[in-house]
Amino acid sequence: MRFFQGADYHFIERRKTAYVFSGTAILIGIAAMVFNVFTIGSWQLYGVDFTGGSLVQVRFNSNDVTAGQVRDALGGAQSPPITKFGENSEFVIRASLEDGMSIDSVAAGVERQLSAAFGPDAFSVTRTELVGAKVGGELQQKALLAVLFSFVLTLIYLAIRFELRFGLAAVIATAHDILITLGFLAVFRVEVDLPTVAAILTIVGYSLNDTIIVFDRIRENMHKKGARKRDPVELIDESINETLPRTVLTSGTTLAVLLALLLLGGDVIRNFTVVLILGIAIGTYSSIFVASPALLEIQKRWGEGKIREKKPKPEPATV
Amino acid sequence: MFKTVRGRLIVIVAMMALAGWQLYSHYRSSCGEGSPPSCVKRPLKLGLDLQGGMHLVLEVADPDNTMTAAAKADMIDRVDRIIRTRIDEFGVEEPLIQKAGNDRLIVELAGISNEAQAKNIIQTAAYLEFKLVQPTADMEAALPRIDRTIVGTLGVDSIRALGRDIGGGEQGNIEELLFGGDTAAASDTTGGAVDTAGAAARDSASAENALRPFSSLLNFGDAPGTFLVAVEDVPLAEQFLAMPEVQRAMPRDQVLQWGSDVVGRGARNYKRLYDLTEKPFLTGEYLQNAVAGRDPQFNQSQVQFELSRAGGRMFQRFTGQHVGDYLAIVLDGEVMSAPVIRDRIGARGQIEMGAGTPLEEARDLALVLRAGALPAKLNVVEERTVGPSLGKDSIDQGSVAGVVGIVLVVLIMISYYRMAGILAVMALGVYVLFVLGGLAGFNATLTVPGIAGLILSIGMAVDANVLIFERIREELTAGRATRTAVDEGFSNALSAIVDSNITTLLTALILFNFGTGPVKGFAVTLSIGIVASFVSAIFVTRTFFLVYLRGKKASDPISI
Repeated sequence: MRFFQGADYHFIERRKTAYVFSGTAILIGIAAMVFNVFTIGSWQLYGVDFTGGSLVQVRFNSNDVTAGQVRDALGGAQSPPITKFGENSEFVIRASLEDGMSIDSVAAGVERQLSAAFGPDAFSVTRTELVGAKVGGELQQKALLAVLFSFVLTLIYLAIRFELRFGLAAVIATAHDILITLGFLAVFRVEVDLPTVAAILTIVGYSLNDTIIVFDRIRENMHKKGARKRDPVELIDESINETLPRTVLTSGTTLAVLLALLLLGGDVIRNFTVVLILGIAIGTYSSIFVASPALLEIQKRWGEGKIREKKPKPEPATV
Repeated sequence: MFKTVRGRLIVIVAMMALAGWQLYSHYRSSCGEGSPPSCVKRPLKLGLDLQGGMHLVLEVADPDNTMTAAAKADMIDRVDRIIRTRIDEFGVEEPLIQKAGNDRLIVELAGISNEAQAKNIIQTAAYLEFKLVQPTADMEAALPRIDRTIVGTLGVDSIRALGRDIGGGEQGNIEELLFGGDTAAASDTTGGAVDTAGAAARDSASAENALRPFSSLLNFGDAPGTFLVAVEDVPLAEQFLAMPEVQRAMPRDQVLQWGSDVVGRGARNYKRLYDLTEKPFLTGEYLQNAVAGRDPQFNQSQVQFELSRAGGRMFQRFTGQHVGDYLAIVLDGEVMSAPVIRDRIGARGQIEMGAGTPLEEARDLALVLRAGALPAKLNVVEERTVGPSLGKDSIDQGSVAGVVGIVLVVLIMISYYRMAGILAVMALGVYVLFVLGGLAGFNATLTVPGIAGLILSIGMAVDANVLIFERIREELTAGRATRTAVDEGFSNALSAIVDSNITTLLTALILFNFGTGPVKGFAVTLSIGIVASFVSAIFVTRTFFLVYLRGKKASDPISI
């Protein structure tokens, strides 16, 4: 079996369409972030990991308890935010947390109210979390630093292994992926917690991986005989087409695994998997439609830079 | 050794055996001494999200911001040691205790059933002090000064606002203090008197209270050197006592400290407020041993302690000088008991836990006393608990998803690459063993995101194989002989594999550095996965290919 053997698509030609698509996606995301700032006070729906606060998860033995019933039991309109967790009657209650209160007292309060309404044996507390506001703020900062730091390291590594322009193009593509992912999170108000940050960093890794495979091929083709005389657009297109079977197959297997995780992996990692699937789809797209065009644009503006200066091979003397 | 196929196979088998051994030895040692009987033997350590348990981040409390970074670091070192000792004695299977930053401690206790008890054992300061109970005369003389200080600091209006919270039935206390009399009886009669009085009288009484905010909360004590404060007034009294101005207005070298018991008098409940020397004459530093037991006489839980030789001498000398006085045993700022000193006391003593306290609590106290006092108060800044049922669900679902994911990968690889696909799948099998062995070898913890990381790294391992196979196909299309095509395919794919693996590894390392708990687990699995995938693709798949190519002529077709 073989896909895309001898493929000859003109990807670079279509880069304007890709720019419009990416630009629109990023703008929608930014608009959603701004909208979120005005409606929920922060640009993403942060979970307790980042805002600080508490969370109590309860599981009911009977399957027909609704979020409304739980809300009524916890004080109706004054009730803390309640979200359903998974398929069964399991709920996450984000109880407010005053200064100096412990999670035990919060959880005990929730338990008391729920057992008054449903009876003491109707449910069990399956998870509690408490994060101090200070810790939450620090985590936000650390997450941002982690992403920035990974950019810098990649840039340095690629500048050494390839050339600076490859590094720049890869970072542009990765930033693009992160922006679109963050936009998606903002639009659908997916809760951002620590595993989400892990997912975003994985996307960084994956997207880089994809980009590097294509760049590796471009580098190789550039060093081939007569490459310098070729149209760079043609050369890049050829490299993308050559790596296309690999790109499709690898993304395909990874997505297959992730789909299995999404459908069967349970509720704890659902958000995590959704973010990964989205990121990997975007990462694959961006290595073709963003990273390679970015490389081309950089090359056009600033020339090929080092590659020519570094190897000023004299033309073989001909008679 | 790497040159011949035979040598390569030996290396692979050796590595597989090593990985298997890691898993086996981890399995064997997983339920060591001190583990609860419920401990299940496993080849890999499971994270809290998988088996349930508690994750705590504790921070050295520094309310006034006076500690230097070095002082905090030293403090957390001591806290670390003491909490380790306590948890060891408590008996938890593979607890994780580690310092984070310079003033935090992470404590992870997997699979514990009683979180509140564990938390109590960790957080109890267990600071034991012995103080002398003072006659209340000096304190009573100081009360007007203390009242004036409170009025002066808070202002009359805010005291009036608080005064309403004092509640009815309290208004006669000042008179009781000034004129003496039986507390309970006086309280009852004055309470009745106020009830019969009109609303106007009540107002004037509370106006007077506002000017005596603190002393109006105090009732005569039931033992020398004590006051009684109605339970509902305790928070207000605590608030007053915490004011620095009030602390300065106290008589020299004296403090007021709460008793741990609640005392019933008539229909009301009171807490004792003891008048004590400010400095203890002896602390828990000199404690050598502590055992929980039951007081046979009153059937009360108690903790019997034994002081060191030096401590015993000091104790003896001091109690010898104060026969007839009352001795307060203060634990974490609460007076546990205040017996009268009948004779000089030697190296042994006991802490009464009060009626109705379960023996278990006495055992916990004895444990923390033995382990030593914490040098500072610890605040919980992060706490997560996962019930065992949620963890079990995650394992079940994660394994099902993992198996289905792997089956999908196997199907895709074999249908796309045929024989080469089968070789790759075999190499992936070796890869999975490497990863699991690596996880066991590094004593890494498997978490939910960790499983995801594992599955993702399988994806990356597949990628390396795909890169190689695509290269081989290209070389074959270009018309090269089979063996050359395979060699070229491996060597040409190498640079892409190296670069992509290293960049992902860099990201994983950053994750490891930044992450806590589950994220860290993810980073570890991903890192180990990347290294293993590299080895498996470059070395193992290659070896399998060499075996497959053996006996084939250079021009024979291969199934790829």
